[in-house]
Amino acid sequence: MIARRSLILFAGLFVLFCVIGWMLGAANISLLLVQSFAYALIALGLNIQWGYGGLFNFGIMGMLMLGGAATTFISTPIIPGFWGSEGPLLLGKALLAFAFGFLLVWGARKADRVGIRGGWKTALTIVAWAAAYIIYRSQIDVAAAYIEATPDGWIGGLGLHPVLGWLFGGVLAAGVAYIVGKICLGLRTDYLAIATIGISEIIRALLKNMDWLTRGTLTVSPIPWPTPLPQEFQASGTSITDSFIYARLGFLGLVLIVLIVAFFLVQRAYGGPWGRMMRAIRDNYIAAASMGKNITSRQLEVFILGSVLMGIGGAMLVSFGQIYDPGSFQPINHTFLIWVMVIVGGAGNNWGAVFGAMLIYITWMISDPVSQWLFNGISGWSTDLGWGAIPEIQSRASQMRVFVLGVVITIALRYAPRGLIPEVVKREA
Amino acid sequence: MNELIFFFNNVIVGGVALGSIYAVGAIGVTLIFGILRFAHFAHGDMMTMGAFIAFLLMLACQALGISVPFLPTGFLVLPVAMVLTAIIALGLDKGFYAPLRKRGARPVTLLIASIGVTLIIQGLIRLFFGSGTWNFFENETKQLIRIPVPLEGVTRTINFTQPQVLMVVCTAVAVLALHFFLTRSRLGKAMRAMADNADLAQVSGINTKLVVRVTWVIAGSLAAMAGTMLALDVQLKPDLAFNIVLPIFAAAIVGGLGQSYGAIAGGFLIGFAETAAIFNWSVLLRPIAGALPFEVPATLAIVPTEYKLTVAFVILVVVLLWRPTGIFKGASS
Repeated sequence: MIARRSLILFAGLFVLFCVIGWMLGAANISLLLVQSFAYALIALGLNIQWGYGGLFNFGIMGMLMLGGAATTFISTPIIPGFWGSEGPLLLGKALLAFAFGFLLVWGARKADRVGIRGGWKTALTIVAWAAAYIIYRSQIDVAAAYIEATPDGWIGGLGLHPVLGWLFGGVLAAGVAYIVGKICLGLRTDYLAIATIGISEIIRALLKNMDWLTRGTLTVSPIPWPTPLPQEFQASGTSITDSFIYARLGFLGLVLIVLIVAFFLVQRAYGGPWGRMMRAIRDNYIAAASMGKNITSRQLEVFILGSVLMGIGGAMLVSFGQIYDPGSFQPINHTFLIWVMVIVGGAGNNWGAVFGAMLIYITWMISDPVSQWLFNGISGWSTDLGWGAIPEIQSRASQMRVFVLGVVITIALRYAPRGLIPEVVKREA
Repeated sequence: MNELIFFFNNVIVGGVALGSIYAVGAIGVTLIFGILRFAHFAHGDMMTMGAFIAFLLMLACQALGISVPFLPTGFLVLPVAMVLTAIIALGLDKGFYAPLRKRGARPVTLLIASIGVTLIIQGLIRLFFGSGTWNFFENETKQLIRIPVPLEGVTRTINFTQPQVLMVVCTAVAVLALHFFLTRSRLGKAMRAMADNADLAQVSGINTKLVVRVTWVIAGSLAAMAGTMLALDVQLKPDLAFNIVLPIFAAAIVGGLGQSYGAIAGGFLIGFAETAAIFNWSVLLRPIAGALPFEVPATLAIVPTEYKLTVAFVILVVVLLWRPTGIFKGASS
């Protein structure tokens, strides 16, 4: 039943992509395909967290930004001017200060070992935090000011292969997810949602304003591709349109490989004992705890795994776009969009998540030209009636995407609350 | 003394203004959570919507030539904007949340539905008003009130704007009215009973549907008030909502979700914390610089100005770790 329905839905999606590809041309559809597959990977990450584990993560944007920052750092070319200056030394000092501050706080938290307890320990912890913060700020502010005053203004990258950058994106996201999870995962639903939103906003504020690391609003560009760029095809005599198609197809192949590997692993995990345990925790964590499952550490596990996929997906999107602009990350485009994908597709079902990601991404992208076309029509009609034309059609049409997204999720919650390809609950007789 | 007045102008006045906006917004969030048990994400957009309604009403008033001396037109039209937003809030509940509640959906589903509502309102506002900024004081002047301090050697004056005074008055009136409503009126008591235990309230004959409606009316009108106050204090932008809804949630959670008085306390706490964190404390240290063992740096803010928004979250995270349900014990879903 579900299998037939998903076959029909995927066939419909294929036809939709073909029609749009025929209308927009092969170069544009290959661009949409790469991006929608990267979003599918991110949606898989959220599906692990929400669909398997029932975790309310609203901080997806933060993970995507971390992935992007990681690939930027790994793959952009080395700036010799920075490595020859005093910058690395100052940064090293800041790192030492950070480590020292970390030790201070850690020591204060372990103060009960030497007999400092209760209110004294709390006071000591607060003092340790304040001291650590002051020590770190005293070093990092100097380093940041120095680096931002150099001709390049930032530390540059390592000049390594972008795929390493994607891997590092996953690792970085995992590390941050570990810390976030440690702090937040004791909280239930609504509290967790707000806390994760808050943390992703903190990550955004940091990456946006740490000009020495990410160039902030000045943006980093171009970021190299792991596969040959269109310009390289053009150099060997391919026409401009064809070069874009070939280059994007190459990138698409790489993204597809990552997606298929991730999908295979995630799907295996769902069917295995681990997936069963995660669903048990999601459906009734009290019962699962009474069966001896360690809820907190399992949820931390699923949170980290999901964040890894998000980090890799974010790194891919930034690599593909060739620009890292921390200012361009918005909760609507990078958190809520993914939620809509998973809810519409079907939480708990990986096929559903991938389907939802592709369907919603294409809807998101084409609702701009469609509403522009619609507004032009209405505008012409109202001009004929003598009411005058609609002003600023172009900017208004691009705002319609948000509205369409809201309508889509409302309809989905009302008429298909479990998604288009819902989770199959197996029952043993 | 001059430095203290500078501190007062920047931290106390700014904190009170910001705190009253946060408090009024957080009361709405916390009331909805208390009665309906879900975090209403669209609250920030209800605020923006209320502010835009007030803006349109103000333009209409100015076109008709209606004005009152000493009162910005934005405040004159505020009651009407509150009524209109309350009606829209009732409509939102009827159209989006009531069908889901009837189906017995979990609070989490309602939360996701509220994100859908956020996107719809946001999209509509941007569709009609574009993404630029609007100003309530295009045709009027924002009056600055200066109070000289009668002390020797004091050159600075205590400064605040007229909207800020009116904001504080409005907040005080709203909070008092809400207090009397919740403690004295039959409906208010029913609301508190339902927040405590919805099933028990229903069994004891309380009209829960009416209580839900009243909640939306109060939340909607307070949202319009908070949004208009914010727009009067700074500027009116379509993405006002997103920058404000997170500190408001932080305030509501810090105060304990479901606790109206906690929300007020949380709002002011976050407001003061934000202004104090970005204040340049070296100004206060300069007069006693000679007595200090270290050199006073030129800027000594706790966080740089760009990180103002993160202050609310750091407080939120600390409070959640230290007392997971807020300072006043909050409800959990």
